[in-house]
Order: sequence, then structure tokens, then C-alpha cells
Amino acid sequence: MVCQECGQRPATLHFTKYVNGEKTELHICEACAREKGELIPGTPSGFSIHNLLSGLMDFDPSGISASKAQAQTLRCEGCGMTYGQFSKLGRFGCARCYKQFADRLDPLLKRVHGNTVHVGKVPKRAGGLVRLRREIDGLKREMQQKIAGEDFESAADLRDRIRELEREVQNG
Amino acid sequence: MGNRQYTAEALSPWMKQDAPDRDVVLSSRVRIARNLRHLPFPMMASAAQSVEAMERLLQVSESGRLCGLGEVSSVRLSELSELEKQVLVEKHLISPALANHAQHAALMLGPGEDISLMVNEEDHLRIQCLHAGFQLKETWDTASKIDDIFEEAVDYAFDEKYGFLTSCPTNVGTGIRASVMLHLPALVMTGQINRILSAVTQVGLAVRGVYGEGSEATGNLFQVSNQITLGQSESEIIEHLHAVARQIIEHEKAARAKLMNESRLKVEDRVKRSFGILSYAAVIDAKEASQRLSDLRLGVHLGLLPEVDEGTLNELLVSIQPGFLQQTYGEALSPEQRDMTRAQMISSRLATHA
Repeated sequence: MVCQECGQRPATLHFTKYVNGEKTELHICEACAREKGELIPGTPSGFSIHNLLSGLMDFDPSGISASKAQAQTLRCEGCGMTYGQFSKLGRFGCARCYKQFADRLDPLLKRVHGNTVHVGKVPKRAGGLVRLRREIDGLKREMQQKIAGEDFESAADLRDRIRELEREVQNG
Repeated sequence: MGNRQYTAEALSPWMKQDAPDRDVVLSSRVRIARNLRHLPFPMMASAAQSVEAMERLLQVSESGRLCGLGEVSSVRLSELSELEKQVLVEKHLISPALANHAQHAALMLGPGEDISLMVNEEDHLRIQCLHAGFQLKETWDTASKIDDIFEEAVDYAFDEKYGFLTSCPTNVGTGIRASVMLHLPALVMTGQINRILSAVTQVGLAVRGVYGEGSEATGNLFQVSNQITLGQSESEIIEHLHAVARQIIEHEKAARAKLMNESRLKVEDRVKRSFGILSYAAVIDAKEASQRLSDLRLGVHLGLLPEVDEGTLNELLVSIQPGFLQQTYGEALSPEQRDMTRAQMISSRLATHA
């Protein structure tokens, strides 16, 4: 098997990850592993989740490696961290990094979590509007179910409630 | 300094409470990772920014907002000795990362030691709640309430798409890591453990040994936790872990029943030999001690060892750790001395409770 990173040397390191029962594999050669921050288990620097993540991050899903050098120098305006540092450390420097590196984030999150969108708790103060929009989405889904079940009376009630909430969103 | 209750006592108050499924589940834990909106995460923060984050978070406690939790003690880690920090790690009240690497780190601790709030670890705030036995939902409820209190007072880093933003992409979204600490001696004895644990890792959960080197489990203690934090709601995460843990618990209970039916004498012999060795050994290393204490724990729950109570075993789990031994004996110990003091500690505790 050829290294997925350089595409030249034989892959000698194999990582398998299971997320939601979905298997993802990473096959790379030692030279590429070393280049990306001692990805090799058992070396004195150890092997951490961050090393593994950085290995996953350099995976360019689009296969366009020309943009790679450019991406490495991409710098977060919030904390000054470069994409190169981020992919080496496997950790963000501040909240704004999520925006700055957004283009390359979804494939990574998909690998780690099998998902890219948060569906859990929303902060009460900071997330007022988000909360309303989530509620509207939920009601819309419910309305579709009612329509499918030909319960038009309940669907109409839901429609009114959705309109009410949408007005609230518009008024901020 | 040395008289703080939370470093002096091996057994946290919360561990003494009665709880469901205690014969298999030692504890349930939920940790929530949160960051402040306008400051860089601890790794990229300047000293001044780290101090600012620490002061803002400590202020939440100092302003009395946490008074519903009882008297919360706040301490800056720089005020603690290395040994005190090690003891807090051994009691699972702080993480090794907070003890060893964090700058301008602080800890807020609830009176029952069931609530521990770490400041400036990998994220600005780590809310950790511990409950005895199998009480994941209750533990999450407690942690979530504390989260709400902080959210009223500080601006969290939150993104509409990605949820709560954390330093490590493995925590983003809900920011929660829920876990249960399981004692699974019968599954280990009957050789079923590897099959079960590998099945667990295939449903998005992680397993690791507790108190062991790396992932090796000592004393048949295993920690099972969620891996995914994004794309599932907190209640889904908790329920999924709860459902899988419930199955492991039932398998362990069935394996124990089978052992008692088919080889009661053998099990009884093993438990009592371990009791004999722990009661009379002059020197014992950590690995053997953990293994034999596991035998005793199994014996207690199978009703084979009326002379020992579970509380003593829970206390020993912490008090035979290197930091705690050193604190008890008041001096730095060589590995040989440690094995000797460990043996003394165990035999004296078993004798007083017999």
C-alpha cells in the first residue's frame, strides 16, 4: 500500500478509527508521519490524540495540494495562530480560529464526530436567536409529519405558531 | 496548607453515599468544557489574558452565585505544593494536565468534592461532576445547572453551527465527556472482556483502564466514555452511554452469578487468599495490591467476605496511590519504601475494620 500523504513511499503506519460504527483508515509512511509531528506511537515524545488529529487534518479531501502551502500560512486574526501550527498541535487557539479555518474544518469534524453541526444545548443569553430558529426548525418538522398523517388541524396550529416565532425573529 | 480536608482525606464525601448499581459501578462522571468568548484559549493566551480569565471565572464563585452548591472553596494552583496537586489527581478531583502544565490555573471545589471546576486547563473552564454508582443522568443535571449559572455571568464562546467552541476539536459542540467507572472482575475472569470492550469501541464510545499505565487496566477497573460531542444532543449522548453501560453491567452481573453457580469454591478461595495476603504481606507493589483489592471487592459483593466493607476498599483505592502514601508517611519514599508502606497501610485498614 502506498502512503496516502506523499503517494510515493510504502505506507507502514496504519490507523483505524471507528466513529458511529463507521470505519475510517489512515495509511502513511514513516517519513510523512515524522514530518507531521512524531505521529509514531512509542517514540519518546509519545503519541497523543492531537498527533492523530494533526494527521487527519493534513488530509486534503479535495486533493488539491497546490493550495496546501498557502493554507499553512493562513493566520487567525484573533490569536495569531497559523493553520500550520493548528494542524501540528491539533488544537485551536481561540474562538475565531473556527471561522478563520472554517474551509478546512468540516472534513476534520466529520472524521472525528461523524457530524459537523451542533444540535445540543444553546446558551440562554448568547443564543437567544439561535434558540428561536432551532424551535422553528423543530416545529416545521413536526408540521410536515402532521401533514403526512393528514392531521391538518394540528398542522394549521403549528403553522400559526411558526409564523408567530418567525415574527419574533424578525423583530430581533 | 497541609490541613485542607480535600487533600487530607482519601475518600471524598460523595463516595460515601448510597447509590444504585454500586456493586459494579464505582462512579459516574460528567465533564463540560467551556471557554470565554473574548479571550484566546489557555494555550494561546498571554499571562495577562490567563489571569483575566481566571479572575473572571473565580469572580462567579466569589459573587455568591454558586452558593446553592454549599460552601465552594477556591484555590489557585500556585498556592498548592506538588504533593497536594498529586493527591488531588489521585482523587480524580483535577486532571494531570491541570496539575502539571497549566499556567494561572485555579480550582473551585464543592463541599462534597462531587463538583470540581478547573480553570485554565486546556479550556478556560472545565466543569466536572462526580456521583457515586450509576447515576449518569443525575450527574449531567448537576453539571448542566452549574453550566447555566456560569452562562448567566460570563460570555461563552459559542457558534451557531459548531456549538460550544473548545480548544480541541474532539470536544467541540456539546463539550461534554460523560463516563462511568466500572469494576468488571467476572468478565475478566471468564475471558469475555475483550469481546465486550471491542464492541463498545465500535459504537462511538471509548474504554480505558483506570489508574493503569496507558490503557492497561489495573484492578479490573474500566472507564467507559463518549467520544462524540458534535451532532448529538447532551441527552442523546448520556442516554447512549447509559444504555451501553447498562448492558455491560448486566453482563458482569450474569458472569458473577455464573461463577457462583459453577465454581463458587474456586472464587471463594481466590477472594480469601487475597484477603490473607493483603492482611499479612510486608511488601506489596501497586499492581498486585490493585488486583487483590479487586478480588476483595468482588468477594464483598458476592457476600463471601463479611469481615470487609466496601467503604474501606474505596478508601484504599486512593490511599495506596504514590502521592497519598507519601503524604501519609510525611516524607519522600523510595519505590521499596513505597511498597512497604503500602502493605502497612492495607493491613492496618483491613485489621481495624475486621
